[in-house]
Amino acid sequence: MSENNISAEETKSLVLVGVGGQGILLASEIIARTIMASGYDVKMNEIHGMAQRGGSVVAQIRFGRDVASPLVPKHSARALVALEKIEVLRFVDYLADDGLAVVSDQEIIPVSASGGKIPYPALGEEDIRKVCPNLIYVHAIKLAEELGNARAANTILLGVMSNVLHFPEENWKESIRSCVKPKFVDVNIKAFEIGRAMK
Amino acid sequence: MKKLLTGNEAIARGAWEAGVNLASGYPGTPSTEILETLSKLYKDDVCCEWAPNEKVGFETAVGAAAAGARAMTTMKHVGLNVAADPLMTLAYIGTIGGFVAVVADDPGMNSSQNEQDTRQFARFAKVPVIEPADAAEAVTYTKEAFRISEEFSTPVIIKSTTTMSHSRSIAEVGDRVETGRTISFVKDPPKHVPIPAWARQMRVRLEERLEKLKAAASASPLNRIEWKSKKLGIVTAGVTYQFVREVFPEASILKLGWSFPFPDDLLLKFADECERVVFIEELEDFLEEHAKALGIKCCGKTLDGQPLVPNIGEMNVDVLRAVRSRLEQTDWFPFEKTETARPKAPVRPKIADLPPRPPVLCPGCPHRGIFYALGKFDVVVTGDIGCYTLGVAPPLSRLDTVTCMGAGVTMAHGMQRAGNDRKVVGVVGDSTFFHSGMTGLLDIAYNKGTSTIIVLDNRTTAMTGHQDNPGTGRTITGEETVEADIATIGRALGIRNVVEVAPRDIKHTTEVLKEAIESPEPWLIISKTPCPLAARKNPGLPLKVNTDKCRKCKLCLRLGCPAIEKDGEGVRVNSILCAGCKLCRQICPAQAFEDLNPGTENN
Ligand SMILES: Cc1ncc(C[n+]2csc(CCOP(=O)(O)OP(=O)(O)O)c2C)c(N)n1
Ligand code: SF4
Ligand code: SF4
Repeated sequence: MSENNISAEETKSLVLVGVGGQGILLASEIIARTIMASGYDVKMNEIHGMAQRGGSVVAQIRFGRDVASPLVPKHSARALVALEKIEVLRFVDYLADDGLAVVSDQEIIPVSASGGKIPYPALGEEDIRKVCPNLIYVHAIKLAEELGNARAANTILLGVMSNVLHFPEENWKESIRSCVKPKFVDVNIKAFEIGRAMK
Repeated sequence: MKKLLTGNEAIARGAWEAGVNLASGYPGTPSTEILETLSKLYKDDVCCEWAPNEKVGFETAVGAAAAGARAMTTMKHVGLNVAADPLMTLAYIGTIGGFVAVVADDPGMNSSQNEQDTRQFARFAKVPVIEPADAAEAVTYTKEAFRISEEFSTPVIIKSTTTMSHSRSIAEVGDRVETGRTISFVKDPPKHVPIPAWARQMRVRLEERLEKLKAAASASPLNRIEWKSKKLGIVTAGVTYQFVREVFPEASILKLGWSFPFPDDLLLKFADECERVVFIEELEDFLEEHAKALGIKCCGKTLDGQPLVPNIGEMNVDVLRAVRSRLEQTDWFPFEKTETARPKAPVRPKIADLPPRPPVLCPGCPHRGIFYALGKFDVVVTGDIGCYTLGVAPPLSRLDTVTCMGAGVTMAHGMQRAGNDRKVVGVVGDSTFFHSGMTGLLDIAYNKGTSTIIVLDNRTTAMTGHQDNPGTGRTITGEETVEADIATIGRALGIRNVVEVAPRDIKHTTEVLKEAIESPEPWLIISKTPCPLAARKNPGLPLKVNTDKCRKCKLCLRLGCPAIEKDGEGVRVNSILCAGCKLCRQICPAQAFEDLNPGTENN
């Protein structure tokens, strides 16, 4: 526990962003359970309702000895995980100056972009690095497809992010086991390991 | 045992532990998962029901409690408008078994058409309101709500908010304690029947009860003082407390979990001991206004005529930091200033404009076909609340008004009867039709209206997360039940022209719409096709665009289907998103939409 160097008053924040339907709730629940199993207080906020129909979605997680607000203040997240490439830019205000951005290269074109006014921007890893210098850019879908299941992409990203958190690897794996359907456990554990090996 | 629960799961858990016997409600974000959790985890102990609307759910619980059962009803804030009638009089009558109404507010209007502060309703009805601040409190406060209800024979409101309901935190959970009572209604007309003679007595008792509740609230563990520096005392309630203690760690806090009837003694004691008192409340100045009436010198929504705590939108740490900064610039702030010490926002280059990503109708959504077909007519479309409200957005842009549930039908009638120069078409969902559309349709038939009403029967209550409703043939627990038939209802109400259409057949749908819109009589069109998300089945296999055939006319983009993406000058289909509904194939003049994998369709 001491590896996280959390003082009694301090609360650490994490944010996951993506598009409704990408599985953000499950990913954030895996994180929250890992934190709880590692002996910390944890709070997490998730979005339901209107925001889910293909809109931008955010999950916010906070942990420490005694967490007050379940919502993450601006400029404070240690890590911002984006399941979709441009969503990292929409929510970058959450990220602390030196926070880690873990970004999937997956593109989901919003209807508004096809309809006209603002096109989907053509951005690559280096463009995003200008905004988030501390960046790990992940070809998550391609890697997950190689494992045989594109849906495991989120778990690869979790694996990458897990390196900034210093929780025992076994706690992560245990919460993956308790959160995903039995037949998907193996592929998700592998996906997590691939992510965790990425630095 | 400790569990990681959302606020809604925790309220459900608390109700179960409190021995609740019956729970009935109507879905509505952010309240929906309370009843879903109860019905999923505790259905053997608790009779759970989705009611057709909040008034029905509320009164069902009233009946149960009158017979001595512990009963609960759940709804979102606007649902209490619908259930206000029984609330106001139940306050007079009181209750035998514990009666708790859980009402979830939506400050910030994340999924709602307005933001109302339910505490105002509690004061209006003269009933207690309880406001937990995290999952742990939600479990214990819900149990306490039932206890208060029975001790004082009063309905109790538990007020949640979006942040409270949808945040997870760690809660201690316990066992269920049954009342052990026989559920048996005891005849006692002066207690249960508010005819004027008895209602006048109830009215007096209501005031006496309020006085007792006031004293109980002041002494209750739900209202507590956390002493720090007495130079600044902050009064707050509900989940806002969490932001207050993070942003003002130096200040003493009066944290109210039971805010009405106002705990006057506690407010006066706190104000007396603190040098300065600030009220930090989400939405209305509910407590502050009362404190001022009590003669307490304080500030809150304004300070020296300048805005201090916003009365619009959701609270969070950033909002309260701004409040703190404003306070720091006045002599109301007794501590060391942190405004300058706080790290500045990092400077980040802006590298691109981002296309907005609001919620949209899913690929394969049956509502898309109807809105596309409606786009061919010069009519006014009075709309309603559900996934289909998204038909207001471009490129479909085929919905013109929304007020509240049911108004899709009634506003069409009113506009038409007032002599609107164009035909008016009302659209409502199936759940909305059962909720409050049926009476409006009856009005159209009875008062010789001429509007066309379309029920978008996607066989589910989709917007709130796909709940069953009286038309789906299943109850909340998944049991089979009778299936209300919208066409039969329409005929029984007096509508002679009733037609069902399959909205993904654009040609036929357009023909029926034309006949209805040109007709001098009222029509009921039932647009019947299941929501693919609820049915867990896509309508077909994905398509692709044959770029040799595509004329780049972009007519297909008028569908607003998220699976059709602009690709240079032409278009492409995102095969992962495509649900195979084939609407695009029907409107493409070049037959460019082809099966992605020809020959695999098995129909
Ligand atoms: C009085 C009231 N209760 C509940 C809600 C929440 N609510 C919004 S849309 C909706 C359900 C809509 O279902 P349906 O009419 O079947 O349309 P669908 O979403 O399936 O298209 C509900 C319950 C509300 N806005 N107002
Ligand atoms: S959830 Fe169903 S009804 Fe709602 S937009 Fe998606 S397909 Fe349409
Ligand atoms: S691309 Fe065409 S077939 Fe696929 S979901 Fe969209 S409209 Fe339907």
